[in-house]
Amino acid sequence: MWMYALRRLILTIPILLGVTVICFALVQLAPGDPVQSLVRPDATPEQIQSLRAFYGLDQPLVIQYLLWLWRVLGGNFGMSISTNLPVATEVLRAFQNTIVIALISVVIAFIVSMILGVIAATRPGSIVDRLVTAIAVFGISVPTFWLAVVLVIFFAVELGWLPATGMGGGSDTFNYLDWNDFKFAIMPIIALALPPLAIMTRTTRSSLSEILNQDFIQTLRAKGLSEFSIIVHAVRNIMPSAVAMLGLQLGYLIGGSVLVETVFTWPGTGFLLNKAILTRDLPLLQGTILVLATAFVLINLVVDLAQSLVDPRIKRS
Amino acid sequence: MTDVIETTTPTPASRDRGGPAQPMLIVENIKKYFPIRAGLLNRKVAEVKAVDDISFYVLKGETLGIVGESGCGKSTLARLLMYLIEKDEGHLVLDGDPVGEKAGVPLDGLRRSLQMVFQDSYSSLNPRLPIESSIAYGPKVQGASAKSAKEQARALLEKVGLKADRFGQRYPHELSGGQKQRVNIARALALDPRLLILDEAVSALDKSVEAQVLNLLGDLKEQLNLTYIFISHDLHVVKYISDRVLVMYLGQVVEIGPVDKIYEDPKHPYTQALLACRLSMDPDERVDAAPLAGDPPNPVNPPSGCRFHTRCPHAEDVCMSKMPALGDALRSDPSEHLAACHMVHAGSGHSKAPNPEVTTLPLWQGEMR
Amino acid sequence: MTDIPAGSLHIDKAQAAPASKVRGYWGSVWNRLRYDYVTLSCMALIAVIVLLAVFAPWIAPMDPDKSSMANRLRPIGYKKFLLGTDEQGRDMLSRLLWGGRNSLLMGIVPVIFATTIGGAFGVVAGYYGGKVNMVIMRTMDVFFAFPSVLLAVAIAGSLGGGIFNQMLTLTVVLIPPICRVAETATSQVRSLDFVDAARASGASTISILFSHVLINVLSPVLVYSSTLVSISIILAAGLSFLGLGVAPPTADWGLMLSTLRQSIYVQPLIAALPGVAILITSIAFNLVSDGLRQAMDVKA
Repeated sequence: MWMYALRRLILTIPILLGVTVICFALVQLAPGDPVQSLVRPDATPEQIQSLRAFYGLDQPLVIQYLLWLWRVLGGNFGMSISTNLPVATEVLRAFQNTIVIALISVVIAFIVSMILGVIAATRPGSIVDRLVTAIAVFGISVPTFWLAVVLVIFFAVELGWLPATGMGGGSDTFNYLDWNDFKFAIMPIIALALPPLAIMTRTTRSSLSEILNQDFIQTLRAKGLSEFSIIVHAVRNIMPSAVAMLGLQLGYLIGGSVLVETVFTWPGTGFLLNKAILTRDLPLLQGTILVLATAFVLINLVVDLAQSLVDPRIKRS
Repeated sequence: MTDVIETTTPTPASRDRGGPAQPMLIVENIKKYFPIRAGLLNRKVAEVKAVDDISFYVLKGETLGIVGESGCGKSTLARLLMYLIEKDEGHLVLDGDPVGEKAGVPLDGLRRSLQMVFQDSYSSLNPRLPIESSIAYGPKVQGASAKSAKEQARALLEKVGLKADRFGQRYPHELSGGQKQRVNIARALALDPRLLILDEAVSALDKSVEAQVLNLLGDLKEQLNLTYIFISHDLHVVKYISDRVLVMYLGQVVEIGPVDKIYEDPKHPYTQALLACRLSMDPDERVDAAPLAGDPPNPVNPPSGCRFHTRCPHAEDVCMSKMPALGDALRSDPSEHLAACHMVHAGSGHSKAPNPEVTTLPLWQGEMR
Repeated sequence: MTDIPAGSLHIDKAQAAPASKVRGYWGSVWNRLRYDYVTLSCMALIAVIVLLAVFAPWIAPMDPDKSSMANRLRPIGYKKFLLGTDEQGRDMLSRLLWGGRNSLLMGIVPVIFATTIGGAFGVVAGYYGGKVNMVIMRTMDVFFAFPSVLLAVAIAGSLGGGIFNQMLTLTVVLIPPICRVAETATSQVRSLDFVDAARASGASTISILFSHVLINVLSPVLVYSSTLVSISIILAAGLSFLGLGVAPPTADWGLMLSTLRQSIYVQPLIAALPGVAILITSIAFNLVSDGLRQAMDVKA
């Protein structure tokens, strides 16, 4: 088993390297002189010159990449143009804000999708089943940023129950257990939760009905097991892949939260991305993307390893 | 069907290059090992010795049956002969010309002489093509015009017993197993080959259908002057159709000889056990113990010495240490009966081996080439 | 008959004439689709949306870019503004119609390009296997390390906005999943006997790919691509929402959603309209691709 884990870990390294190559290339992609993308608009020619030397911009691309990689591994992600703060600190702070709501969203989505999936799978073809399928289709077709706007319209503008945007007192003092703070997080969580909910409901429903149609379930029924126990059996059967899906969706949420966070001005990594785009702040953009992509890869790795632990069918040579 | 087939209808001079005495195909020292990769860096840790140094020849106009159980390497052998898999070692000689070497038959020429009929499975015919097109594909690839290829295909369908008008445009899923096999045969014949390799060609068919297809094969062989290599695990069928039989075990030839001699007097313990596994229809002849115990050992780590020694009732020390030789399969007469067993070769060290002075098996009987 | 002896003739009589008309693969697909009312109505809906978009220049009642400060944010049904006006006084209905052209373009064109490019890579990787496969698929794996939204934002964010960049971004984002599907399908087909039979007849690789492999790989790949259309539309709208799409004042559903955000306190319904358009289009494409998948999945 450890061989598998080690092997998987080692295979991840080239992928991470590839990720860094892409992130590095992003800055090169930007139109114009790379230096212009990396400095403030009001920089003096001397500052530009020293930055050019610092980044090694007059050296071949490979050397630049290696220099950049070396700095990144040391934790130096450069300086944000717009705020003049180290990118690393900003991203770290934002990351905490994103990961909390992403986690809450995914867990809620998981629980609800399990319930809906079980109901739909045990009553195939019924109205409930169709309703659940409709919800699922809706969930994957809806643009989340629009849903976010609709939520704001409904709960903030029309009903006035929840605040439209922001994080209340600020992320440093934010207490999730305090309603006054938490109410800012509710709508972002709902908006984030819907697509994973839809996907997981669909998957749960189809895997459950597949299992329930198998012969060994008939055997269990013949043995006199109650329907409830049979459902429990079936659910236990699909747990490994369901949990894997949970992990994957968490990864997607962390990486893809930019739109929802923009609507709610929730100061997470997504919002940071948006800010970076608006202000053409390439170091910030690059740093944020690097962190998010790395997080995604690592989450995938954890999910894979956890699955291999739990699912006996996965080969662990 | 026991003796060597004398010359049948001579093929046109342009195709028959070597004359009647020249074997259609000579297979020399063919080897194919598949690497197994494992570990951190996917290094090769072991090899599956799928085909391990096999040599034999096939005479013009005869049917050579190849029998063996699953995993003995017969399908790999078939694909090696067809050049669908790359061999590690060995050569082929087609009608006197070496294949693939500089002054020999190019791969293209091999294709025109040697074709294969696959086992009827869902994957032997392209599910998205009407069978006419599947058959016409070969001629088209070799340069025929679309029209003439289609005509050829339709003619071949008639030849295998399927009305071209009724079946030509059908799709494989609309045919029965026997019909699909006929199409497979027609497809193999489309390139006008001289030698057909039939890899488990009737194994998936019901018995009655199997009989019809076997009859068809026999008729075609006569009409078109074909040579067959018939691979199967079904001993009855092999006995019915073959002139000579080759028995394979774990990638090696363990016995070869005329069909009657093999079936009436099997020399290798494996062949004996295989034949004993055929159940009799007579209820008085019941079998209590299975003649062949256990599963075939792993081709990755074959037993030392004689590969069969772990299941052989006559195994002795020499069997564990020394690999028995088959004999010179390439230079022996087709009527000879060779077996790779220490009990058969004089002076091998086995207690049951014949005395060196009293040899019943003539080992050398003139040149074949 | 030819000189086949009586034993074989026996079967010929037993072979029944085909009970129904010989039908090809597409025929049986259509046969299944015929009764799938949901899919059929969604296909009709898509046709309507496409027609509306194509003929927008003629159908739209007003000039979508004509702003009027006096008529800002008028409600639905106000005078001749059937769906009200936006924050710059432009007619919503016209803008929605024109915006549809952009969105549909962004949904379909990148998918077509990505299918061609990704499909080609996938087929090559699946057919040749070995090192070729490794190089191609490992490169795709690196792209898979990014969630689609992130990758789209990353590329578009660096390249800058504009229609061309947006299309390029979406194409790049969609290539890896299509490549993966194509590779899986191709390597499955590759191992089937009829491919070996084709090789045994001496055909060149190109001939085998086109005559035997592609027709079997095409349907799973196309079905998968059709599911990507709605994703592409939503991604494009998302990019426009962030300002990475077309430049204002061009009508674009995602961009409209963004600019109307400040107006949600005044005219919430109007602010939500562009999203409704996206939702309807997306649902229609999703249901159609679902229906197609079901119709094409079963072996005829």
